[in-house]
Amino acid sequence: MVDLSSFQNNLNDTLRDSVLSIKEEHGHIIFDILPSAILEVVTYLRSKKGFSFTTLIDITAIDFPAKEKRFQLIYHFLSMTENKRCKITTAISDREAVSSITAIFECANWFEREIFDLFGIKFSSHPDLRRILTDYGFEGHPLRKDFPTTGFLEVRYDEVEKRVIYEPTALTQGYRDFDFLSPWDNPDVYTDSGRSKKN
Amino acid sequence: MLDKKRSDKNTLTMNFGPQHPAAHGVLRMVLELDGEIVERVDPHIGLLHRGTEKLMESRTYLQNLPYLDRLDYVAPMNQEHAWCIALETLCNIKISKRSSDIRVLFCEIGRVLNHLLNITTQGMDVGALTPIFWGFEEREKLMEFYERASGARLHAAYFRPGGVHQDLPPKLLEDIFEWAESFPEKLDDLEGLLTENRIFKQRNVDIGVVSKNEAIELGFSGVMLRGSGIPWDLRRSQPYETYSEYKFSIPIGKNGDCYDRYLLRIQEMRESVNIIEQAIKKLEFTIGDDVLVRGKFTPPKRDDMKNSMEALIHHFKLYTEGFRVPKGSIYSCVEAPKGEFGVFIMSDGTNQPYRVKLRAPGFVHLSAMERITRGHQLADVSAILGSLDIVFGEIDR
Repeated sequence: MVDLSSFQNNLNDTLRDSVLSIKEEHGHIIFDILPSAILEVVTYLRSKKGFSFTTLIDITAIDFPAKEKRFQLIYHFLSMTENKRCKITTAISDREAVSSITAIFECANWFEREIFDLFGIKFSSHPDLRRILTDYGFEGHPLRKDFPTTGFLEVRYDEVEKRVIYEPTALTQGYRDFDFLSPWDNPDVYTDSGRSKKN
Repeated sequence: MLDKKRSDKNTLTMNFGPQHPAAHGVLRMVLELDGEIVERVDPHIGLLHRGTEKLMESRTYLQNLPYLDRLDYVAPMNQEHAWCIALETLCNIKISKRSSDIRVLFCEIGRVLNHLLNITTQGMDVGALTPIFWGFEEREKLMEFYERASGARLHAAYFRPGGVHQDLPPKLLEDIFEWAESFPEKLDDLEGLLTENRIFKQRNVDIGVVSKNEAIELGFSGVMLRGSGIPWDLRRSQPYETYSEYKFSIPIGKNGDCYDRYLLRIQEMRESVNIIEQAIKKLEFTIGDDVLVRGKFTPPKRDDMKNSMEALIHHFKLYTEGFRVPKGSIYSCVEAPKGEFGVFIMSDGTNQPYRVKLRAPGFVHLSAMERITRGHQLADVSAILGSLDIVFGEIDR
C-alpha cells in the first residue's frame, strides 16, 4: 500500500491544490477535495498503481442547511486488487453543479440520478439526468432537511372521478416526532410555538 | 400499450410491467423493439419507494433496525447485519463469540432462502413451474427456523446492535442440523429439474453475458461479479464476524451468462449448508454464554428488571431515548446474497442518525439492465431479469 503522507507530495500541482486533506478512518482512506477536481482525482485514483480504485461502490450526499456549502457529496470506491476502500468527499453550495463521472464509471449514472432526485444537486454532462425514485411529476427534493417527512401531497383513488387524484396531505394526527433527547431542558417542545415549528 | 413510432426504422415501444409476473415486483420497463430485438431498455423504478432513508432520520437507531428487514425481504437478516456491524464499529463494541456464530448461522440461512427463491423464479420465468413449489417447501422450513429464533417469519429484527436479541430456543439447533443433512438431496432434485433441462439451457446459456471488465465497470458485486470469473467475496476478502474461522469455498463462474449465475447460486447453497453445519458445531461449545453485550447499548436482563430499579430505568430509557452514537460517519458492508449490501451512517452524536444511505446491490445490477439486454430477443429480457436477482424492497427503498 502506498504511504499516504508521501502520496500527497507526489501529486502533480493541479491535484495537490485540489486535495484538501487525506486521512484514514474505519478502514477507509478519505480524500477531501474541491468539487472542480472530481474528474481528475477519480481518474487518478483509478489508474494509479497501488490504488486502482476501479469499482464505484456508491455515491451519496448529505444536506447541512446551515452551512454555506450546503451539500456534502460522498463517493465510495473499492479496489479489489489492493483490497482497500476509499471515500472521496467534497462540499458544494446550493447552486453549484458537479461534473458527472458517468464517462469514467458507467454505474454512476443511476447514483447521480438518485442524488439529483432526492437532493436536487445537478451533475453537468450527465447523459440522462431525470428523476428516478420519486413519482412522475414530483416536485421538491425529499432528502433535503427542509422537506417535511410527511410530504406535501397524498394520493387516493376517487370513486366519483374514477381516477387517482392528488391532494394536499391532511393528517388526522400530527406526525409524531418526539424529541426524546432533551424534553426537560428544551421548553419549546411543549409550547405551541415549538409545535408549529415542526412539520 | 404498443405504439408504433413514425420513423423509417420500424421500432416498437412497449411497456413491460409494472404489473408483470416476470418483473419480480413493481418494475416498469420501457422497451424499444426492432422486431424481436431489444434496442433500448429504460427501467422505471421507484414504484415501491417508501422513503426509508428519510424516515430513518427521525427515529432512534434501535427503532430503525426493523426497516432494514423491509429492504430485501427475501433475506431479511443479512440487511440487519450490515446495520448492526456499522453501529458496533462506530461505537467500538465487540460482540460475544456465541452471538457472532448465531449471526453467521442465520446469514447463511438467509442466503439459502434468497437463492432458493431466485433460482426457482428464474426457472418460472423461462417456463418451468415445478421448481418453485419444491423450493418454497424448503423456504417454509427455513422461515420456521426464523420464527423459532425471533418470533417472526419474515421481518425478524433478530440481530441487534451488540449481538442477537435472544439465545436460540432448545432443540432448534438439532432441527436445523437435521434439515441441513437432508437439504442437499432436495437440491439434487431441484437440479434434476433444471440443470440439464434442455429448455432451461436453451433459454439461459450464452444469454446476458457479462465479461470480466464489464462486471467491474458496471460496479457489480456478489454472484453477478463471480459469475463473470472474478474471485471476490467479502466473507473471504474482508472477513467480518467469525467467517475467517469457517472452511468454505467460493464458486466462480466462467462465461458470465445467466446459466453460470444459476449454477453459482446452486453451488453457493451447498456451501451455505456446509457453513451452517460448522456453525452448529461451534455453537455447542458456547452454550450458556450471553448473546448480547450487556451495557447501555442493550436492554438489561428480564431477571434484573424485576429486582433492580436501575435496570428498569435503563430499560425505559433505552426504548424511549435510545443510545447515543458518537459523532462520525461510517460505511460498512456485508456479503448479502445479492451482492455487497452497505450501510452508510452519518451520526451527529445524538440518538438518531443524521443521514443514512443504504447501498443496495440490486440497484446497481438493475442499472446495467440496458447494457446487458441490448441486442437480445424480447423473450430473453425476463431470463436476464431473473438472473439479476432483483427485489424491489431494496432497490426502491
